[in-house]
Order: sequence, then C-alpha cells, then structure tokens
Amino acid sequence: MSLLEVEDLEVYYETEDGPAQAVDGVSFELEEGENLGIVGESGCGKTTLAKSIIGILPDAGYVNGGEIRFKGDDLTDMTGAQRRRLKWEEISMVAQSAMNSLDPVYTIREQIVEAIETHRPGTGRTESTEIVTEMFELVGLDPDRADDYPHQFSGGMRQRAMIAMALALEPSLILADEPTTALDVIMQDQILKRMGKIQDEVNSSMLVITHDVSVVAETCDRVLVMYAGKVAEEGPVEEIFGQPYHPYTIGLKRAFPNIRKPTQDLLSIAGYPPELVDPPTGCRFAERCPMATDRCREEEPEAHQMNGLRSYCHYAEDIDTELRPYADNPETWSQTAAARKAETGNVGGD
Amino acid sequence: MANEVLLEVENLKKHFKVNQGWIASLMQSVSGDGPDYVHAVDGVSFELRKGETLGLAGESGCGKTTTGMSLVKLHDPTAGDIVYNDKKLSEANDAEIAEFRQNAQMIFQDPFESLNPRMTVYDTVAEPLRIHDIRNETARVQRALEFAELLPAEQYFDQYPHELSGGQRQRVAIARALVLDPDFIVADEPVSMLDVSLRAGVLSLLDRMTDEFGLSVVYISHDLSLLRHMCDRLAIMYMGKIVEKGPTDQIIENPQHPYTQALINAVPVPDPDVGRERVELRGEVGDVVEIPSGCRFKSRCPDYIGDVCDQVVPPLEQKTDAGVDQDIACHLYESAEGYDPYAELASMRDGDAAATDSGDDASAPADD
Repeated sequence: MSLLEVEDLEVYYETEDGPAQAVDGVSFELEEGENLGIVGESGCGKTTLAKSIIGILPDAGYVNGGEIRFKGDDLTDMTGAQRRRLKWEEISMVAQSAMNSLDPVYTIREQIVEAIETHRPGTGRTESTEIVTEMFELVGLDPDRADDYPHQFSGGMRQRAMIAMALALEPSLILADEPTTALDVIMQDQILKRMGKIQDEVNSSMLVITHDVSVVAETCDRVLVMYAGKVAEEGPVEEIFGQPYHPYTIGLKRAFPNIRKPTQDLLSIAGYPPELVDPPTGCRFAERCPMATDRCREEEPEAHQMNGLRSYCHYAEDIDTELRPYADNPETWSQTAAARKAETGNVGGD
Repeated sequence: MANEVLLEVENLKKHFKVNQGWIASLMQSVSGDGPDYVHAVDGVSFELRKGETLGLAGESGCGKTTTGMSLVKLHDPTAGDIVYNDKKLSEANDAEIAEFRQNAQMIFQDPFESLNPRMTVYDTVAEPLRIHDIRNETARVQRALEFAELLPAEQYFDQYPHELSGGQRQRVAIARALVLDPDFIVADEPVSMLDVSLRAGVLSLLDRMTDEFGLSVVYISHDLSLLRHMCDRLAIMYMGKIVEKGPTDQIIENPQHPYTQALINAVPVPDPDVGRERVELRGEVGDVVEIPSGCRFKSRCPDYIGDVCDQVVPPLEQKTDAGVDQDIACHLYESAEGYDPYAELASMRDGDAAATDSGDDASAPADD
C-alpha cells in the first residue's frame, strides 16, 4: 500500500459562472520516503491539489469526486476533527510565503510548542524545548534565536523556521508549496540541501509543488506535470526531463534558461491556459500545442505508457519515433493556434 | 563601436540613514553619536558600453537594485559620480539632466505595481512624451506598442492595466520605456513575476530590443541562468561592492572569486543527469550598517587566508592568473597591477603601533 493514493480527484471552486474545475480527474501514488514534484504554470491546479490533501481548501472549494487515501484511509470521508488530528502530526505543509504563515505576535518557539502540545497533550515543557532545539539545529538555525519574533528573522530564516515547524512532529508527508520561490539562489540551495538531509533522517515523503523545473530535477524522484487541472505527464525525473513524451513538458523544459547551456534558444508557449469553468473538449493543451490535430480538439487523450512514464497525449508514440525533433524546435511553437491568434491580435479577452 | 563607452560609473556610493524618526535624532543629539547608515552601494565602478547588455547579479540586499536606480537617477548618489556624454551628472545643468532622463529608462520587476491602474495603456505610454514635450504622440505610442508585440496597437489604447495579463502589462512597461528612444534601459528582474510560459516571450522581446535599437541594457537579477542567457558582461555584487566582473561566459565557466563560485554552484540545473558541486556557504549576508574591516565576504569565505582578508579591503583589479577583461576583488590572486595587500597590511600594523592615541579611527580602513 502506498503512503498516499490520489484517485480520480476532482476539486471544484464555486464561481458566479458555475463551478471551475481546478483539479479534474487527477490520479497518482506516493510511496514512503519518496519525493514527488508537481509542476505546471499558475492556475494549473497544483496548489489546490495540495490544499485538498491537507484539508485547507477555501470555502468556495470542494471535493467533487474521487478519493485521497492516506495510509489506506480516505481523507475525503473524514470529519473536520479527524482531519485536524492528522494535520502537522501526519501531514504538514510548508507554505510559499513564510511571511504570512507565521503569527507575528508570538515567538517562533511559542508557535512550534503550541503545535506540539495541541497534538501531543501531556508533552512537558522540557521535552518540547528539546524538540525545538533539535529542529532548529536540523534546519541550520541557532536554537538561541527560537525566542525571537518572526520580524526579527530574515526571509530565509523564516522559511527555515516554517520547515522546522513542519518537521517538529515528524510527519510522514510534507507538502512543500513553492518552498524556495521567494528566496535567492544561495538560500534556496541551502534549504533544498537541508530538506534532503532531513528527509533521510526522518524518512518522510514529500510533495514539492513548484513552477521551477530545475528545483524538481534536483530534489524529486518522480514528477507530475499538470496542465489546466489535469495530468499531462507523470514519471521518474530522469525520464520526464530526459525524454518527455508530452509536448507541454517539452515546451516547459525549453522555456527555462539553463546555466550550463548558454546558446540554447528559449521557447515560448504562446497563449494562456483555458477557462476552467467551461473547459474545451478534447485535449486541454490543444490550442497551444504545435502538434494539435482535429482529433486533439475533439477527443480527450488517454494515458499512454511510454518508457516508464505515462503521457496523456494522443501522439506519445509518434513522439517516440519521429515527432520529437519537431516538438523540440522553438520555431515550431510559433505555429500554434494560440500563437497565430496573438499575431492577428486578439486583445485581452482570455 | 562595441567598445565605445556610454556611461561610466565612478566609485558610486549610496548610503541610507537608519533611524530617521525624531526620537532617534533627539537621542542622537543628546548622546552625540552620528546617525547610522545602511551602506547599500559602497563604491562601485563600471562602464556600460554602447549596445551591450550588462548583468548585475547577487543575493537580496547586495545593492544591485540601488545601483540600478542610481543609474537612472532615481537616487542621488551619496558619493561618486556617473559620467554620461563626457559630462559628470553631478555637474550637469537642468537641461542636461532632462536630456539624461530621456535617455535613461527603467523597467521594474512587478508590472502589477509599476503601472498606474487609473491610466489607459495609451496614456501610460504617452506620459513620458508629454513630460518631455515630444510631438507626434500617437505615431510614437503606436510604434512602441507594436514593437512590444501588442498587436494591433489601437486595440490596446483604451485598455486599463487590470484588463491585461501579467505578460501584456510587462510589455506595456517595455513600450513605455522605449517610447522616448532611450540610450539605455535598466531592467530590474523584468520577468521574475511572470509565469514560466510567458517569460521566454518577454525575454525574446528584450533581446530584440538590444538587437534592433542598439540599446544598452543593464539587467538586474539573482537568476544567473537568465543573466547568462541575456548578457554580454556580468558584474557580481556582494554587500554593496562588485567582487568580480567580466565577460559572461568567462565568469560563468571560470569564476575566480569564492563568492562567485558559490553563487554559480548554487544554481539548480533542470537536468537530473548533470551533477553539480555544491559548496555550502556559511551564514547569511553580513551587516551593511556596521561594515566589517577588510573583505566583506571573509566570514563566509571557504578560502579565507587570514589577516590579509581580515584587514585589507581587496580592490577590484586585474589578476595575473585570470583572463584579460576579468576583474576580481580577492587576495587569493596576485595583482596584475602591482598592488601588494601584504605591504598594506604591514603598513597598517605600523600605523596602528605608531598612532595608539588615534587608534579608534581605524574603524573605517581604506575605503577609497
């Protein structure tokens, strides 16, 4: 049994125009001690996915269908109280902006101790102080600074304090939502390294949610590429970034400059993701895809098992044999329907 | 033409007073202490050549943004000068300053905040023309928007920023910067707020801007992959000073300063097969109020070699074993210009021994 099994999950948001299908039929599994990266552009549903797992969807959001099984129990069936017990103790989250996640009027120590005592009543002061010290050392903060208030910490230190808090109860699953996006490279590098080390020690699994392909390439075992609420492609990191079988992954990978490859032309994926209130039939990426055919616009793609990964593209097999150089060429991408639309001038609308 | 200098920055400093409130100044007048200063930019010199793209890189708080803002005169320097058209800006008259402002434009990081929400795209782009009293407004606005790939331009005229996406907004900001036909542009993290798929488009637009207009551009970013992609030359900043500068490929492939090496090694690579050597830097960026003596990087430096690092400020200069054109501020390398930090260290010791009565004054050693 996997630690986390998400099956056919649908998470919708109530809007004035009807429900927006933020997560639409997503399935994946996460093994114990494994790191899974979830990548995609803004609005692809990756943060919604994390929020539905830990159970902090905003009021307008609801799980419309599917199951989230954690250690075999379906989280979507649980009551609020049952889920609260799991929070921090079993599933914790490192949110993107540590600035807003820490309470400014309590010291860092008070906040961590509160989390410990809520979940483990009867924990003595000495014991929780020990946990705080241990966690601070683990994330590379000076334990003497635990009695400081969040404003006395720099951005990087706050982010590390958040990680210390997320680890305090040794959860089996950590959801890291853009854990290093607000930081600069050196701090990012330190934090990623610490998180790797910590994981080895407590053997927890991690879901790393980010738009930064290189962060995932360095920290994760497997990757799930999301587009407009659906899975585009999923598989081991080496395969997904080495030989992807979905045009979106190919485009996304080439949209980032690589410090080791200066001469590579960047590729631009014209257009925007579709409306999620009334998503298009067929493949959701069709409008921005250089390989799209009528079949893509009409028929929703099934999973194709390719070389250890699954790709939701009708033409995954052709990418294997002949279409890869075509999809890997930036020139090609100026021929998509979305690019032509931008050329002829369709203002603002979407 | 490529080596013609457009702008020369000479020992630029920008310090900000901390504790500016009236209670603080009252306390200071009672205690007799001077105010404290944040040494945001503390003596940087470089030149910007015609048609080149120069990248300023470094961690948050290293002074790269303050340098960029000083370049377009959004800050007046505390000391040092900028030479433009053979004229020092500190000595320029009003007309010359106005001309400079026309030729120096800036693109900011956040297109959600840098555009006035109550102005239409047309007014936003036309505003600089009105300020500088330039005619032919409509045609120029249209051309700028077309260049920024907002097509057809007329359709955007009456739109407000909230009707546009992030990428479109940043294009409006670019059109606004270009409408005056400037000589150079400072772009401060121009794509960091944009979504991945939009970045490449804006970057290629910025690339075209340098190719087609022959503009010089200063890119400010902490993203070295991006700077490598965009820039001809790089300057790496640490705590208000440039620690290394030179041609981009040389700096990235053969960094010499321990800080540059650490910075480059910290950049993740979107390729799981490529391993990288990771040097972990200890600690965080130091205190820019109480500047430490000697090299500012000394407390985090993995190659610290003792007293000379501790006492003597390393000048940014040519070194014998590094490539031509690459300047490094580090005592690990032998000066190609005949400078001997150990002689300075010795003379500082002699000076200390001789002048014990004025010993306290050694707190600010040899900054200039």
